[in-house]
Amino acid sequence: MNNIPNRQAICDVLLEEAKTDRDIVVLCSDSRGSASMTPFSVAYPEQFVEVGIAEQSLVSISAGLARCGKKPYCASPACFLSTRSMEQGKVDAAYSNTNVKLIGVSGGISYGALGMTHHSAQDIATMSSIPNMRVYLPSDRHQTRKLIQALLKDEKPAYIRVGRNPVEDVYEEENTPFEMDKATWIKEGTDVAIIACGEMVKPAKDAACLLEKDGISASVLDMYCVKPMDEASVVKAAEKARLVVTAEEHTFIGGMGSRVAQIVSEHCPRKVICMALPDAPTIPGKSQEVFAYYGLSGEGIAKKVKENL
Amino acid sequence: MDNLTAKSFALRQDVLNMIYRAKTGHIGGDFSVLNIILTLYEKQMNTRPDNVSSPDRDRFILSKGHSVEALYAVLADQGFFPKSALETYSQFGSNYIGHPYNKINGIEMNSGSLGHGLSVGVGMALAGRMDKKDYRTYVVMGDGELAEGSVWEGAMAGGHYKLDNLCAVVDRNRLQISGCTEDVMSHENLAKRWESFGWNVIDVEKGWDIPSLNAAFEEAKQCKGKPSVIIAHTIKGYGVSFMENQAVWHHKVPTDEEYQLAMEELKAKEAAANE
Ligand SMILES: Cc1ncc(C[n+]2csc(CCOP(=O)(O)OP(=O)(O)O)c2C)c(N)n1
Repeated sequence: MNNIPNRQAICDVLLEEAKTDRDIVVLCSDSRGSASMTPFSVAYPEQFVEVGIAEQSLVSISAGLARCGKKPYCASPACFLSTRSMEQGKVDAAYSNTNVKLIGVSGGISYGALGMTHHSAQDIATMSSIPNMRVYLPSDRHQTRKLIQALLKDEKPAYIRVGRNPVEDVYEEENTPFEMDKATWIKEGTDVAIIACGEMVKPAKDAACLLEKDGISASVLDMYCVKPMDEASVVKAAEKARLVVTAEEHTFIGGMGSRVAQIVSEHCPRKVICMALPDAPTIPGKSQEVFAYYGLSGEGIAKKVKENL
Repeated sequence: MDNLTAKSFALRQDVLNMIYRAKTGHIGGDFSVLNIILTLYEKQMNTRPDNVSSPDRDRFILSKGHSVEALYAVLADQGFFPKSALETYSQFGSNYIGHPYNKINGIEMNSGSLGHGLSVGVGMALAGRMDKKDYRTYVVMGDGELAEGSVWEGAMAGGHYKLDNLCAVVDRNRLQISGCTEDVMSHENLAKRWESFGWNVIDVEKGWDIPSLNAAFEEAKQCKGKPSVIIAHTIKGYGVSFMENQAVWHHKVPTDEEYQLAMEELKAKEAAANE
Protein backbone atom coordinates (compact mmCIF):
# COMPACT_ATOMS: atom_id res chain seq x y z
CA MET A 1 0.00 0.00 0.00
CA ASN A 2 1.35 3.39 -1.02
CA ASN A 3 2.14 5.70 1.88
CA ILE A 4 3.05 8.86 -0.03
CA PRO A 5 0.19 11.37 -0.05
CA ASN A 6 -0.31 13.47 -3.17
CA ARG A 7 0.70 16.62 -1.27
CA GLN A 8 4.12 15.09 -0.69
CA ALA A 9 4.41 14.27 -4.39
CA ILE A 10 3.93 17.99 -5.07
CA CYS A 11 6.70 18.96 -2.68
CA ASP A 12 8.99 16.34 -4.25
CA VAL A 13 8.57 17.82 -7.73
CA LEU A 14 9.12 21.37 -6.47
CA LEU A 15 12.25 20.27 -4.60
CA GLU A 16 13.67 18.77 -7.78
CA GLU A 17 12.77 21.69 -10.00
CA ALA A 18 13.93 24.37 -7.57
CA LYS A 19 17.48 23.07 -7.99
CA THR A 20 17.62 24.73 -11.37
CA ASP A 21 14.76 27.20 -11.14
CA ARG A 22 15.39 29.91 -8.58
CA ASP A 23 12.06 31.57 -9.40
CA ILE A 24 9.99 28.86 -7.78
CA VAL A 25 8.67 30.20 -4.48
CA VAL A 26 6.60 28.25 -1.99
CA LEU A 27 4.31 30.18 0.34
CA CYS A 28 2.57 28.81 3.42
CA SER A 29 0.18 30.14 6.05
CA ASP A 30 1.29 28.20 9.14
CA SER A 31 0.60 25.23 6.89
CA ARG A 32 4.02 23.93 5.91
CA GLY A 33 3.53 20.73 7.89
CA SER A 34 0.01 20.01 6.69
CA ALA A 35 1.05 20.86 3.13
CA SER A 36 4.14 18.57 3.34
CA MET A 37 6.25 21.61 2.47
CA THR A 38 8.63 21.48 5.44
CA PRO A 39 11.37 19.82 3.33
CA PHE A 40 11.12 22.68 0.84
CA SER A 41 11.30 25.33 3.57
CA VAL A 42 14.44 23.68 4.90
CA ALA A 43 16.13 23.09 1.53
CA TYR A 44 15.31 26.50 0.02
CA PRO A 45 14.75 29.00 2.83
CA GLU A 46 15.36 31.87 0.39
CA GLN A 47 12.56 30.61 -1.85
CA PHE A 48 10.11 30.06 0.96
CA VAL A 49 7.73 32.67 2.40
CA GLU A 50 5.74 32.15 5.60
CA VAL A 51 2.84 34.58 5.92
CA GLY A 52 1.36 33.36 9.20
CA ILE A 53 -2.29 32.41 9.58
CA ALA A 54 -3.44 34.81 6.87
CA GLU A 55 -4.78 33.03 3.81
CA GLN A 56 -6.00 36.16 2.05
CA SER A 57 -2.62 37.80 2.29
CA LEU A 58 -1.08 34.49 1.21
CA VAL A 59 -2.77 34.65 -2.18
CA SER A 60 -2.25 38.38 -2.71
CA ILE A 61 1.45 38.15 -1.82
CA SER A 62 1.72 35.28 -4.30
CA ALA A 63 0.14 37.42 -6.99
CA GLY A 64 2.61 40.22 -6.28
CA LEU A 65 5.51 37.80 -6.53
CA ALA A 66 4.12 36.37 -9.76
CA ARG A 67 3.74 39.79 -11.35
CA CYS A 68 7.45 40.28 -10.71
CA GLY A 69 8.48 37.08 -12.45
CA LYS A 70 8.32 34.53 -9.63
CA LYS A 71 6.50 31.21 -9.82
CA PRO A 72 4.59 31.05 -6.56
CA TYR A 73 3.05 27.84 -5.25
CA CYS A 74 0.93 28.72 -2.29
CA ALA A 75 -0.05 25.76 -0.19
CA SER A 76 -2.74 25.91 2.44
CA PRO A 77 -5.73 23.78 3.46
CA ALA A 78 -8.18 23.68 0.56
CA CYS A 79 -11.05 24.75 2.84
CA PHE A 80 -9.47 28.13 3.54
CA LEU A 81 -7.88 28.68 0.14
CA SER A 82 -11.11 28.12 -1.75
CA THR A 83 -13.48 30.13 0.41
CA ARG A 84 -11.70 32.61 2.66
CA SER A 85 -9.26 33.71 -0.02
CA MET A 86 -11.63 33.13 -2.88
CA GLU A 87 -11.72 36.81 -3.70
CA GLN A 88 -7.93 37.05 -3.78
CA GLY A 89 -7.98 34.03 -6.09
CA LYS A 90 -10.61 35.68 -8.24
CA VAL A 91 -9.09 39.14 -8.45
CA ASP A 92 -5.35 38.88 -7.86
CA ALA A 93 -4.74 35.49 -9.43
CA ALA A 94 -7.41 34.90 -12.07
CA TYR A 95 -8.57 38.37 -13.13
CA SER A 96 -5.10 39.91 -13.15
CA ASN A 97 -3.91 36.67 -14.79
CA THR A 98 -0.90 36.12 -12.57
CA ASN A 99 1.06 32.89 -12.50
CA VAL A 100 -0.21 31.81 -9.09
CA LYS A 101 -0.58 28.11 -8.38
CA LEU A 102 -2.97 27.55 -5.49
CA ILE A 103 -2.31 24.20 -3.82
CA GLY A 104 -5.32 23.24 -1.72
CA VAL A 105 -4.25 20.46 0.62
CA SER A 106 -6.35 18.16 2.79
CA GLY A 107 -9.21 18.82 0.41
CA GLY A 108 -12.74 17.51 0.45
CA ILE A 109 -13.51 15.81 3.73
CA SER A 110 -9.94 14.72 4.48
CA TYR A 111 -10.16 16.39 7.86
CA GLY A 112 -13.05 14.14 8.81
CA ALA A 113 -14.31 14.85 12.30
CA LEU A 114 -12.87 18.37 12.40
CA GLY A 115 -16.16 19.45 10.88
CA MET A 116 -17.39 21.70 8.14
CA THR A 117 -14.96 24.57 8.77
CA HIS A 118 -12.23 22.19 7.66
CA HIS A 119 -14.06 20.56 4.76
CA SER A 120 -13.77 21.87 1.23
CA ALA A 121 -16.78 20.20 -0.29
CA GLN A 122 -17.51 23.29 -2.38
CA ASP A 123 -14.09 24.18 -3.75
CA ILE A 124 -14.78 22.90 -7.27
CA ALA A 125 -17.87 25.09 -7.34
CA THR A 126 -16.17 28.22 -6.03
CA MET A 127 -12.93 27.97 -7.97
CA SER A 128 -14.44 26.71 -11.25
CA SER A 129 -16.88 29.57 -11.33
CA ILE A 130 -14.03 32.08 -11.62
CA PRO A 131 -13.11 32.97 -15.20
CA ASN A 132 -9.49 32.12 -16.03
CA MET A 133 -9.09 29.82 -13.03
CA ARG A 134 -8.25 26.21 -13.89
CA VAL A 135 -9.16 23.46 -11.47
CA TYR A 136 -7.33 20.14 -11.13
CA LEU A 137 -7.96 17.19 -8.83
CA PRO A 138 -5.29 14.58 -9.48
CA SER A 139 -6.10 11.02 -8.50
CA ASP A 140 -2.82 9.49 -7.36
CA ARG A 141 0.76 10.48 -6.62
CA HIS A 142 2.05 9.55 -10.08
CA GLN A 143 -0.52 11.67 -11.84
CA THR A 144 0.05 14.48 -9.32
CA ARG A 145 3.72 14.48 -10.28
CA LYS A 146 3.00 14.73 -13.97
CA LEU A 147 0.45 17.47 -13.40
CA ILE A 148 2.83 19.65 -11.37
CA GLN A 149 5.57 19.15 -13.95
CA ALA A 150 3.16 20.33 -16.63
CA LEU A 151 1.95 23.29 -14.57
CA LEU A 152 5.51 24.45 -14.02
CA LYS A 153 5.72 25.01 -17.74
CA ASP A 154 2.83 27.46 -18.01
CA GLU A 155 2.28 30.93 -16.64
CA LYS A 156 -1.40 30.97 -15.81
CA PRO A 157 -3.24 30.63 -12.50
CA ALA A 158 -4.56 27.27 -11.35
CA TYR A 159 -6.12 25.64 -8.32
CA ILE A 160 -4.97 22.13 -7.48
CA ARG A 161 -6.78 20.11 -4.83
CA VAL A 162 -5.23 17.11 -3.13
CA GLY A 163 -6.27 15.09 -0.10
CA ARG A 164 -4.55 14.59 3.21
CA ASN A 165 -4.09 10.85 3.30
CA PRO A 166 -2.10 8.63 0.97
CA VAL A 167 -4.31 7.09 -1.69
CA GLU A 168 -3.80 3.78 -3.40
CA ASP A 169 -2.05 4.03 -6.72
CA VAL A 170 -4.30 4.19 -9.74
CA TYR A 171 -1.39 4.09 -12.18
CA GLU A 172 2.01 2.45 -12.35
CA GLU A 173 4.98 4.68 -11.74
CA GLU A 174 6.70 3.94 -15.05
CA ASN A 175 3.50 3.93 -16.98
CA THR A 176 1.30 6.84 -16.02
CA PRO A 177 -0.63 8.13 -18.99
CA PHE A 178 -0.90 11.91 -18.89
CA GLU A 179 -1.88 14.53 -21.35
CA MET A 180 -2.49 18.04 -20.07
CA ASP A 181 -6.19 18.93 -19.95
CA LYS A 182 -7.23 15.56 -21.40
CA ALA A 183 -9.03 13.05 -19.21
CA THR A 184 -7.28 9.74 -18.73
CA TRP A 185 -9.20 6.75 -20.07
CA ILE A 186 -8.71 4.01 -17.53
CA LYS A 187 -11.14 1.64 -19.21
CA GLU A 188 -13.47 1.65 -22.21
CA GLY A 189 -16.89 0.06 -21.95
CA THR A 190 -20.36 0.05 -23.45
CA ASP A 191 -22.98 -0.03 -20.68
CA VAL A 192 -22.06 2.76 -18.33
CA ALA A 193 -19.59 5.63 -18.26
CA ILE A 194 -18.16 6.31 -14.82
CA ILE A 195 -16.46 9.68 -14.59
CA ALA A 196 -14.54 10.53 -11.45
CA CYS A 197 -11.89 12.91 -10.16
CA GLY A 198 -9.45 13.07 -7.28
CA GLU A 199 -9.78 10.43 -4.61
CA MET A 200 -12.90 9.01 -6.22
CA VAL A 201 -11.01 7.65 -9.23
CA LYS A 202 -9.78 4.58 -7.38
CA PRO A 203 -13.29 3.61 -6.18
CA ALA A 204 -14.56 4.23 -9.73
CA LYS A 205 -11.94 1.82 -11.07
CA ASP A 206 -12.85 -0.70 -8.38
CA ALA A 207 -16.53 -0.36 -9.26
CA ALA A 208 -15.77 -1.15 -12.90
CA CYS A 209 -14.01 -4.37 -11.86
CA LEU A 210 -16.97 -5.38 -9.70
CA LEU A 211 -19.40 -4.64 -12.53
CA GLU A 212 -17.35 -6.62 -15.00
CA LYS A 213 -17.89 -9.71 -12.89
CA ASP A 214 -21.61 -9.15 -13.30
CA GLY A 215 -21.23 -8.78 -17.05
CA ILE A 216 -21.60 -5.01 -17.06
CA SER A 217 -19.14 -3.14 -19.22
CA ALA A 218 -18.02 0.25 -17.91
CA SER A 219 -15.86 3.07 -19.18
CA VAL A 220 -13.85 4.80 -16.48
CA LEU A 221 -12.62 8.33 -17.03
CA ASP A 222 -10.20 10.10 -14.70
CA MET A 223 -11.35 13.70 -15.11
CA TYR A 224 -8.47 15.24 -13.14
CA CYS A 225 -8.93 18.37 -15.30
CA VAL A 226 -12.24 19.53 -13.89
CA LYS A 227 -11.71 22.86 -15.59
CA PRO A 228 -11.08 23.10 -18.47
CA MET A 229 -13.06 19.88 -18.70
CA ASP A 230 -12.22 17.46 -21.50
CA GLU A 231 -15.62 17.71 -23.17
CA ALA A 232 -14.74 15.47 -26.10
CA SER A 233 -13.96 12.58 -23.78
CA VAL A 234 -17.18 13.13 -21.82
CA VAL A 235 -19.21 13.01 -25.02
CA LYS A 236 -17.34 9.99 -26.35
CA ALA A 237 -17.83 8.04 -23.12
CA ALA A 238 -21.49 9.00 -22.84
CA GLU A 239 -22.28 8.18 -26.46
CA LYS A 240 -21.08 4.62 -26.02
CA ALA A 241 -23.06 4.09 -22.84
CA ARG A 242 -26.66 3.95 -21.64
CA LEU A 243 -25.92 5.62 -18.34
CA VAL A 244 -23.41 8.12 -16.97
CA VAL A 245 -22.40 8.09 -13.31
CA THR A 246 -20.08 10.68 -11.82
CA ALA A 247 -18.28 10.37 -8.48
CA GLU A 248 -16.59 13.18 -6.60
CA GLU A 249 -15.65 14.31 -3.12
CA HIS A 250 -17.73 17.47 -3.32
CA THR A 251 -21.31 18.56 -2.86
CA PHE A 252 -23.51 17.65 -5.79
CA ILE A 253 -24.05 21.35 -6.42
CA GLY A 254 -21.65 22.94 -8.87
CA GLY A 255 -19.15 20.12 -8.87
CA MET A 256 -17.57 17.99 -11.58
CA GLY A 257 -20.79 16.02 -12.00
CA SER A 258 -22.85 19.15 -12.64
CA ARG A 259 -20.53 20.11 -15.46
CA VAL A 260 -20.64 16.59 -16.91
CA ALA A 261 -24.44 16.68 -16.80
CA GLN A 262 -24.45 19.98 -18.69
CA ILE A 263 -22.20 18.59 -21.40
CA VAL A 264 -24.08 15.30 -21.71
CA SER A 265 -27.51 16.90 -21.83
CA GLU A 266 -26.37 19.26 -24.55
CA HIS A 267 -24.52 16.84 -26.79
CA CYS A 268 -25.83 13.30 -26.23
CA PRO A 269 -28.65 13.15 -23.68
CA ARG A 270 -28.33 10.21 -21.28
CA LYS A 271 -29.36 9.67 -17.70
CA VAL A 272 -26.65 11.17 -15.48
CA ILE A 273 -26.36 10.24 -11.80
CA CYS A 274 -24.10 12.44 -9.71
CA MET A 275 -22.65 10.61 -6.74
CA ALA A 276 -21.39 13.24 -4.35
CA LEU A 277 -21.70 14.66 -0.86
CA PRO A 278 -24.98 16.18 0.37
CA ASP A 279 -25.85 19.86 0.54
CA ALA A 280 -25.34 19.78 4.32
CA PRO A 281 -22.51 19.33 6.78
CA THR A 282 -21.43 15.72 6.24
CA ILE A 283 -21.97 13.18 8.96
CA PRO A 284 -19.05 13.46 11.42
CA GLY A 285 -16.39 10.78 11.11
CA LYS A 286 -13.16 9.75 9.44
CA SER A 287 -13.15 10.25 5.69
CA GLN A 288 -13.40 6.54 4.88
CA GLU A 289 -16.38 6.17 7.24
CA VAL A 290 -18.03 9.16 5.65
CA PHE A 291 -17.40 7.91 2.10
CA ALA A 292 -18.87 4.54 2.99
CA TYR A 293 -21.93 6.21 4.53
CA TYR A 294 -22.66 8.12 1.31
CA GLY A 295 -21.89 5.18 -0.96
CA LEU A 296 -18.73 6.77 -2.32
CA SER A 297 -16.87 3.48 -2.55
CA GLY A 298 -16.28 0.81 -5.19
CA GLU A 299 -19.26 -1.17 -3.92
CA GLY A 300 -21.41 1.92 -3.57
CA ILE A 301 -20.77 3.08 -7.12
CA ALA A 302 -21.30 -0.44 -8.54
CA LYS A 303 -24.59 -0.69 -6.67
CA LYS A 304 -25.77 2.65 -7.99
CA VAL A 305 -24.93 1.63 -11.54
CA LYS A 306 -26.87 -1.63 -11.23
CA GLU A 307 -29.89 0.15 -9.77
CA ASN A 308 -30.01 2.51 -12.71
CA LEU A 309 -29.09 0.46 -15.75
CA MET B 1 -4.20 26.61 46.26
CA ASP B 2 -7.93 26.72 45.72
CA ASN B 3 -10.23 23.97 44.51
CA LEU B 4 -10.57 25.38 41.04
CA THR B 5 -6.92 24.71 40.48
CA ALA B 6 -7.50 21.11 41.49
CA LYS B 7 -10.47 21.00 39.17
CA SER B 8 -8.41 22.38 36.31
CA PHE B 9 -6.04 19.42 36.61
CA ALA B 10 -8.97 17.01 36.80
CA LEU B 11 -10.47 18.49 33.63
CA ARG B 12 -7.11 18.17 31.90
CA GLN B 13 -7.39 14.45 32.56
CA ASP B 14 -10.72 14.44 30.72
CA VAL B 15 -9.08 16.23 27.81
CA LEU B 16 -6.20 13.77 27.78
CA ASN B 17 -8.62 10.84 27.79
CA MET B 18 -10.64 12.27 24.91
CA ILE B 19 -7.61 12.79 22.74
CA TYR B 20 -5.90 9.54 23.65
CA ARG B 21 -9.06 7.55 22.97
CA ALA B 22 -9.89 9.26 19.67
CA LYS B 23 -6.24 9.57 18.55
CA THR B 24 -6.88 13.13 17.46
CA GLY B 25 -7.07 16.58 19.04
CA HIS B 26 -5.16 19.74 19.90
CA ILE B 27 -3.83 19.09 23.35
CA GLY B 28 -1.27 21.92 23.62
CA GLY B 29 -3.77 24.71 23.05
CA ASP B 30 -6.37 22.93 25.21
CA PHE B 31 -4.02 22.98 28.15
CA SER B 32 -3.04 26.62 27.68
CA VAL B 33 -6.63 27.85 27.40
CA LEU B 34 -8.42 25.61 29.88
CA ASN B 35 -8.03 27.80 32.95
CA ILE B 36 -9.31 30.81 31.02
CA ILE B 37 -12.50 28.97 30.07
CA LEU B 38 -12.87 27.49 33.55
CA THR B 39 -12.53 30.90 35.22
CA LEU B 40 -15.19 32.35 32.93
CA TYR B 41 -17.72 29.57 33.54
CA GLU B 42 -17.02 29.25 37.26
CA LYS B 43 -16.54 32.84 38.30
CA GLN B 44 -17.65 35.30 35.66
CA MET B 45 -20.41 34.28 33.31
CA ASN B 46 -24.02 33.80 34.31
CA THR B 47 -24.42 31.14 31.64
CA ARG B 48 -25.83 27.91 33.07
CA PRO B 49 -27.49 24.78 31.65
CA ASP B 50 -30.88 26.15 32.73
CA ASN B 51 -30.55 29.49 30.92
CA VAL B 52 -28.92 28.56 27.63
CA SER B 53 -31.74 30.19 25.71
CA SER B 54 -32.13 33.20 27.95
CA PRO B 55 -31.55 36.49 26.12
CA ASP B 56 -29.71 37.66 29.23
CA ARG B 57 -27.04 34.99 29.28
CA ASP B 58 -23.41 35.98 28.88
CA ARG B 59 -22.01 34.91 25.53
CA PHE B 60 -18.87 32.87 25.04
CA ILE B 61 -17.09 32.29 21.75
CA LEU B 62 -14.09 30.02 21.41
CA SER B 63 -12.58 31.63 18.36
CA LYS B 64 -9.56 29.31 18.55
CA GLY B 65 -12.01 26.49 17.97
CA HIS B 66 -9.37 23.78 17.77
CA SER B 67 -9.18 23.90 21.57
CA VAL B 68 -12.70 22.50 21.76
CA GLU B 69 -11.71 19.56 23.96
CA ALA B 70 -11.03 22.01 26.80
CA LEU B 71 -14.43 23.60 26.23
CA TYR B 72 -16.16 20.19 26.19
CA ALA B 73 -14.49 19.25 29.47
CA VAL B 74 -15.66 22.48 31.14
CA LEU B 75 -19.19 22.32 29.69
CA ALA B 76 -19.60 18.71 30.82
CA ASP B 77 -18.39 19.65 34.28
CA GLN B 78 -20.90 22.52 34.37
CA GLY B 79 -23.69 20.09 33.47
CA PHE B 80 -24.49 21.25 29.95
CA PHE B 81 -24.37 17.61 28.87
CA PRO B 82 -23.48 14.33 30.55
CA LYS B 83 -19.82 13.60 30.96
CA SER B 84 -20.30 10.30 29.15
CA ALA B 85 -20.79 12.32 25.95
CA LEU B 86 -17.07 13.02 26.00
CA GLU B 87 -16.50 9.38 25.15
CA THR B 88 -18.08 9.95 21.75
CA TYR B 89 -15.64 12.73 20.91
CA SER B 90 -14.58 12.42 17.22
CA GLN B 91 -16.44 9.13 16.80
CA PHE B 92 -18.50 8.39 13.72
CA GLY B 93 -21.85 10.14 13.86
CA SER B 94 -21.11 12.09 17.06
CA ASN B 95 -21.75 15.82 17.22
CA TYR B 96 -18.79 16.13 19.56
CA ILE B 97 -16.44 16.90 16.69
CA GLY B 98 -13.02 18.54 16.70
CA HIS B 99 -14.36 22.10 16.67
CA PRO B 100 -17.29 23.81 18.44
CA TYR B 101 -20.59 22.71 16.94
CA ASN B 102 -23.73 24.45 18.10
CA LYS B 103 -25.83 21.34 17.87
CA ILE B 104 -24.29 20.76 21.29
CA ASN B 105 -25.97 22.31 24.29
CA GLY B 106 -24.07 25.34 25.56
CA ILE B 107 -22.15 26.11 22.39
CA GLU B 108 -23.13 29.48 20.92
CA MET B 109 -21.31 29.53 17.63
CA ASN B 110 -19.56 27.15 15.31
CA SER B 111 -15.90 27.93 14.90
CA GLY B 112 -12.71 26.31 13.67
CA SER B 113 -11.76 28.69 10.93
CA LEU B 114 -9.60 31.13 12.83
CA GLY B 115 -10.25 34.85 12.87
CA HIS B 116 -14.06 34.93 12.92
CA GLY B 117 -14.84 35.09 16.62
CA LEU B 118 -14.00 38.68 17.42
CA SER B 119 -16.31 40.14 14.78
CA VAL B 120 -19.08 37.74 15.80
CA GLY B 121 -18.53 38.98 19.35
CA VAL B 122 -18.81 42.57 18.15
CA GLY B 123 -22.20 41.66 16.70
CA MET B 124 -23.36 40.12 19.96
CA ALA B 125 -22.15 43.10 21.95
CA LEU B 126 -23.88 45.51 19.58
CA ALA B 127 -27.12 43.52 19.91
CA GLY B 128 -26.80 43.69 23.70
CA ARG B 129 -26.49 47.45 23.49
CA MET B 130 -29.44 47.75 21.09
CA ASP B 131 -31.60 45.64 23.40
CA LYS B 132 -30.35 47.39 26.57
CA LYS B 133 -29.19 44.10 28.03
CA ASP B 134 -26.50 43.73 30.64
CA TYR B 135 -24.94 40.54 29.34
CA ARG B 136 -21.24 40.44 28.49
CA THR B 137 -19.60 38.83 25.50
CA TYR B 138 -16.30 36.96 25.77
CA VAL B 139 -14.14 35.93 22.82
CA VAL B 140 -11.04 33.77 23.24
CA MET B 141 -8.42 33.84 20.50
CA GLY B 142 -5.02 32.29 19.92
CA ASP B 143 -1.96 34.45 19.36
CA GLY B 144 -1.20 32.76 16.03
CA GLU B 145 -4.78 33.55 15.11
CA LEU B 146 -4.03 37.27 15.40
CA ALA B 147 -2.31 37.09 12.00
CA GLU B 148 -5.74 36.95 10.36
CA GLY B 149 -6.65 40.40 9.07
CA SER B 150 -10.25 39.80 10.08
CA VAL B 151 -9.22 39.91 13.75
CA TRP B 152 -8.13 43.50 13.28
CA GLU B 153 -11.28 44.38 11.38
CA GLY B 154 -13.18 43.19 14.44
CA ALA B 155 -10.80 45.05 16.73
CA MET B 156 -11.41 48.22 14.75
CA ALA B 157 -15.18 47.85 15.05
CA GLY B 158 -15.01 47.03 18.77
CA GLY B 159 -12.95 50.16 19.37
CA HIS B 160 -15.08 52.29 17.09
CA TYR B 161 -18.29 51.35 18.84
CA LYS B 162 -16.66 51.57 22.28
CA LEU B 163 -18.07 48.19 23.23
CA ASP B 164 -17.37 47.97 26.95
CA ASN B 165 -19.63 44.92 27.12
CA LEU B 166 -17.09 43.03 25.00
CA CYS B 167 -14.04 41.32 26.41
CA ALA B 168 -11.48 39.56 24.25
CA VAL B 169 -8.83 37.20 25.58
CA VAL B 170 -5.61 36.37 23.78
CA ASP B 171 -4.15 33.00 24.77
CA ARG B 172 -0.60 34.29 24.43
CA ASN B 173 1.33 31.01 24.53
CA ARG B 174 3.80 32.18 21.89
CA LEU B 175 3.44 29.02 19.83
CA GLN B 176 1.46 28.00 16.78
CA ILE B 177 1.69 24.96 14.47
CA SER B 178 4.93 25.87 12.69
CA GLY B 179 6.78 27.01 15.80
CA CYS B 180 7.20 30.21 17.78
CA THR B 181 4.73 32.95 16.84
CA GLU B 182 7.54 35.48 16.79
CA ASP B 183 9.34 33.47 14.08
CA VAL B 184 6.23 32.68 12.04
CA MET B 185 4.65 36.16 12.11
CA SER B 186 5.66 38.42 14.92
CA HIS B 187 3.36 40.39 17.20
CA GLU B 188 5.78 42.99 18.43
CA ASN B 189 4.24 45.51 20.81
CA LEU B 190 1.06 43.49 21.04
CA ALA B 191 -0.41 45.56 23.87
CA LYS B 192 0.26 48.82 22.00
CA ARG B 193 -1.38 47.42 18.89
CA TRP B 194 -4.60 46.77 20.77
CA GLU B 195 -4.40 50.12 22.54
CA SER B 196 -4.07 51.88 19.22
CA PHE B 197 -7.32 50.24 18.12
CA GLY B 198 -9.05 51.79 21.12
CA TRP B 199 -8.94 48.86 23.53
CA ASN B 200 -8.26 48.69 27.25
CA VAL B 201 -5.39 46.20 27.60
CA ILE B 202 -4.91 44.03 30.66
CA ASP B 203 -1.80 41.86 30.83
CA VAL B 204 -1.92 38.72 32.96
CA GLU B 205 1.62 37.59 33.57
CA LYS B 206 0.61 34.18 34.93
CA GLY B 207 -2.05 33.35 32.40
CA TRP B 208 -2.72 29.97 34.03
CA ASP B 209 -3.36 31.40 37.49
CA ILE B 210 -7.09 31.41 38.14
CA PRO B 211 -7.18 34.22 40.75
CA SER B 212 -5.11 36.45 38.44
CA LEU B 213 -7.40 35.68 35.52
CA ASN B 214 -10.44 36.38 37.65
CA ALA B 215 -9.00 39.70 38.78
CA ALA B 216 -8.39 40.65 35.15
CA PHE B 217 -11.98 39.86 34.20
CA GLU B 218 -13.16 42.00 37.13
CA GLU B 219 -10.97 44.86 35.97
CA ALA B 220 -12.34 44.51 32.45
CA LYS B 221 -15.89 44.79 33.77
CA GLN B 222 -15.03 48.04 35.53
CA CYS B 223 -13.61 49.64 32.40
CA LYS B 224 -16.21 51.85 30.73
CA GLY B 225 -16.23 53.40 27.28
CA LYS B 226 -14.05 50.87 25.49
CA PRO B 227 -13.71 47.14 25.01
CA SER B 228 -11.10 45.25 27.00
CA VAL B 229 -8.60 42.66 25.86
CA ILE B 230 -6.86 40.40 28.31
CA ILE B 231 -3.47 39.25 27.10
CA ALA B 232 -2.99 36.07 29.10
CA HIS B 233 0.64 34.96 29.05
CA THR B 234 0.08 31.23 29.06
CA ILE B 235 2.07 28.05 28.61
CA LYS B 236 1.11 25.75 25.78
CA GLY B 237 0.71 22.22 27.13
CA TYR B 238 0.39 23.60 30.70
CA GLY B 239 0.25 20.88 33.36
CA VAL B 240 2.24 18.15 31.64
CA SER B 241 5.90 19.03 31.86
CA PHE B 242 7.05 17.25 28.71
CA MET B 243 4.34 18.97 26.67
CA GLU B 244 4.95 22.47 27.98
CA ASN B 245 6.25 25.01 25.47
CA GLN B 246 6.79 22.35 22.79
CA ALA B 247 5.38 23.19 19.36
CA VAL B 248 4.93 19.51 18.45
CA TRP B 249 2.28 19.15 21.11
CA HIS B 250 0.00 21.43 19.10
CA HIS B 251 -1.75 18.31 17.83
CA LYS B 252 0.44 15.36 18.66
CA VAL B 253 -1.41 12.37 20.10
CA PRO B 254 0.24 10.82 23.17
CA THR B 255 1.65 7.30 22.88
CA ASP B 256 0.64 4.73 25.53
CA GLU B 257 3.69 5.59 27.57
CA GLU B 258 3.23 9.34 27.22
CA TYR B 259 -0.40 8.94 28.19
CA GLN B 260 0.55 7.14 31.41
CA LEU B 261 3.18 9.72 32.29
CA ALA B 262 0.86 12.64 31.56
CA MET B 263 -1.97 11.08 33.57
CA GLU B 264 0.29 10.47 36.57
CA GLU B 265 1.54 14.05 36.53
CA LEU B 266 -1.97 15.52 36.24
CA LYS B 267 -3.25 13.29 39.05
CA ALA B 268 -0.35 14.30 41.26
CA LYS B 269 -0.99 17.97 40.57
CA GLU B 270 -4.69 17.56 41.28
CA ALA B 271 -3.90 15.88 44.59
CA ALA B 272 -1.35 18.53 45.55
CA ALA B 273 -3.85 21.30 44.80
CA ASN B 274 -6.41 19.58 47.01
CA GLU B 275 -4.12 19.44 50.02
C1 LIG C 1 -8.42 30.26 9.03
C2 LIG C 1 -7.62 29.13 9.55
N1 LIG C 1 -6.41 28.90 9.05
C3 LIG C 1 -5.68 27.86 9.48
C4 LIG C 1 -6.16 27.02 10.43
C5 LIG C 1 -5.39 25.80 10.86
N2 LIG C 1 -4.90 25.94 12.23
C6 LIG C 1 -5.51 25.35 13.27
S1 LIG C 1 -4.81 25.69 14.73
C7 LIG C 1 -3.63 26.65 14.00
C8 LIG C 1 -2.59 27.33 14.83
C9 LIG C 1 -3.21 28.23 15.81
O1 LIG C 1 -2.27 28.89 16.57
P1 LIG C 1 -2.75 29.77 17.80
O2 LIG C 1 -3.82 30.69 17.37
O3 LIG C 1 -1.55 30.39 18.40
O4 LIG C 1 -3.42 28.70 18.76
P2 LIG C 1 -2.78 27.86 19.96
O5 LIG C 1 -1.29 27.92 19.85
O6 LIG C 1 -3.25 28.51 21.19
O7 LIG C 1 -3.30 26.48 19.84
C10 LIG C 1 -3.81 26.68 12.61
C11 LIG C 1 -2.94 27.37 11.65
C12 LIG C 1 -7.46 27.29 10.92
N3 LIG C 1 -8.03 26.49 11.84
N4 LIG C 1 -8.15 28.34 10.48
